[in-house]
Amino acid sequence: MDWILNSLREIITPTTAAYALAAIGLNIHFGFTGLVNFGQAGFVAIGGYGFAISVTQLGLSWPLAIAVTLLLAVGYALLLGIPTLRLRADYLAIVTIACAEIIRFTLNSSAFASVTGGANGLYNDYSGWITGANPYPQGLVHLGPWTFTSTDLWIATVDWAVVAVVAVGVFLLIRSPWGLVLKGIREDEHAMLSLGKNVNLHKLQALVMGGAIGALAGILYVQPTSVQPFDFASRMTFNMYTMLILGGAATVFGPILGSMIFWVVMRFTDELVNAGVDAGLLDNATQGSQLRFVLVGAALVLLVVFRPQGILGNRTELSFDAK
Amino acid sequence: MALALLLAVLAPAGAAHAAPGDDQWGFRGLVRDGERKPVTGAAVAVESDGEVVGTDVTDARGRWEILGLAGPGTYTVVVKTGGKTYEVEKELVRSGTTLPVQNLVMSTSDAPAVQASLGDKLAQRAVSGLNLGLLIAIAAIGLSLVFGTSRFTNFAHGENVTFGGIMGYVFASLAHLPLLLAAAAATVAGAAFGYLQDLGFWRPLRRKGVSLVTLMIASIGAALALRSLFQFLYGNGTRSLTREDWGTVRLGPVVMPATSYVAMGISVAVLVAVGVWLKRGRIGKATRAVANNPALAGASGIDVDRVTRIVWVLSGGLAALSGVLLGVFNQVSYDMGFNLLLLMFAAVILGGLGTAFGTLAGAIVVGLCTEILVLWIPADMKYVGGLAVLVAVLLVRPQGLFGRQARIG
Repeated sequence: MDWILNSLREIITPTTAAYALAAIGLNIHFGFTGLVNFGQAGFVAIGGYGFAISVTQLGLSWPLAIAVTLLLAVGYALLLGIPTLRLRADYLAIVTIACAEIIRFTLNSSAFASVTGGANGLYNDYSGWITGANPYPQGLVHLGPWTFTSTDLWIATVDWAVVAVVAVGVFLLIRSPWGLVLKGIREDEHAMLSLGKNVNLHKLQALVMGGAIGALAGILYVQPTSVQPFDFASRMTFNMYTMLILGGAATVFGPILGSMIFWVVMRFTDELVNAGVDAGLLDNATQGSQLRFVLVGAALVLLVVFRPQGILGNRTELSFDAK
Repeated sequence: MALALLLAVLAPAGAAHAAPGDDQWGFRGLVRDGERKPVTGAAVAVESDGEVVGTDVTDARGRWEILGLAGPGTYTVVVKTGGKTYEVEKELVRSGTTLPVQNLVMSTSDAPAVQASLGDKLAQRAVSGLNLGLLIAIAAIGLSLVFGTSRFTNFAHGENVTFGGIMGYVFASLAHLPLLLAAAAATVAGAAFGYLQDLGFWRPLRRKGVSLVTLMIASIGAALALRSLFQFLYGNGTRSLTREDWGTVRLGPVVMPATSYVAMGISVAVLVAVGVWLKRGRIGKATRAVANNPALAGASGIDVDRVTRIVWVLSGGLAALSGVLLGVFNQVSYDMGFNLLLLMFAAVILGGLGTAFGTLAGAIVVGLCTEILVLWIPADMKYVGGLAVLVAVLLVRPQGLFGRQARIG
């Protein structure tokens, strides 16, 4: 019973919210526009590092730091998009995953350790703006069967508020004429061209918007913890694809639902692994956690093959499944 | 089935990793000047076969520590301070009488090491780069053959390389086979792995008629699952593929392990063989026909499914061979193939997607860039050089060096 309760607690944690937000960004790329971005982790890394470095090293105030970070993400999206969007889908996939790794190698390198902290990452002395505004009583807060620290709960509240605002924004955008052009591009690029739409410009706008949302997710992601370069490995992007396809690509709530289910299942399997370690079946928990990612990979394969529309999606609306 | 086989073969590797203290190989030391006062802020690096495997900076008491080395072997400790470089060669051995972590005291009153000239270093790096480029080429040709016949970019190809590296480690270090025999066995295992992948996974998907994007996402899922499985079984550590030492060969200013020259020889032979097979062989010609137009190839009596199956076997074998050579060149780790995958992409795009000769040329350029840039960029950013080439090419010349100027897409 404890296991299930502990697992369900993941539904509202800040990590779940940050992943949901990054997956919403990825959904604009992949779900709505049909752009195969395998490097969303790169945008999230730019968000996390950009914000932390702006605040701690440049001494910027938090609104300015967010603005600088988002500008960085926009510039990065333009750098990725301008050369690749006119090419076949594979090119964008290859370049996005390569650039995300370039970013991670660079941030992880000891050469820039004075700025990025190298492999150790950055300590959290940048979240004062958010924790300072905490209206909850100090100490532990009880919420139903769960207990949170006051700080965690407050960060979660802020995160989910951001997720809600962005989700409503995406909902409105996708119903707008602009959003319809995106869906049109996903269904048939040439038809959109013949209607006189500027396909490349729309794709670029979608890439920039989804990337900026990814960077915003990065800012939220690092608030409750420190900045760790390993977090931004390609595994992060693949987790997001699993969430997206699980919840339903090309739907507004799919990525949110996907993130919630993903983290509940991850926590539950984590408890299983710990039980396995206690029972002497596994050597240690780190080893066991690798096994969980074997399951994530297998789940992604099974989902994309057998239920590409996920839980909320509509199969007829998915062009990536077209023959 | 394939998984069970892999689990069975790899189980000893996982067990070996779990042994306590296995990762605690390294050096601790003290740097002081002629008056026996500690030297602060000296840069210390430990190198193995010319590759930096660990770095540290001396603290206020002149102390430094580099742990977590791969295991026994010969290392060079390089200390840089006051514009001079000091080098000591040290061996770590597995025995009852010596500690896995050795202590070193170095003094700046010792004679500094003779600095190799830039030209010599360039020559050394260029040979390493050629070696890396050739083994990228072997793996990348498998990738582009699969791309040609199965019509999608296989993001799990890097895991085939890792599989080869780990199999090489299992055969050479755990089963104590001679290196060449271990390499051959790993290649055969890789070919079988490729066959099983096609049989159990990709062929059913093709039958189902899924789209290109579905295949790409299925391949990242497969890559994640395999890479995590390797990490589970093999651990996070980096190990030498073999304990065999073939000595070093000096050619002018270039000192390389003899294995590197053998690896280059094998690579060239394999590349020529694949080239001739594609150009002249019956199945080779059929492969090119399928890549060009599968429907037409099928209509003219070519068994497309059989050709695709053969390509998967070949691609798995080549990737595994590349993994063994990479394991000898660097070391074996669970993510070695994933890192190489990105360089393969760079090679394929640099050469022009779908041009075999271009892929080879692209691979060599990427290999040379990766190794030579290490002279100016830090070793832990080694792969960034090769990947940056990829982005630069796409900005300037998206069709690649040898691709035709046509609309790609």
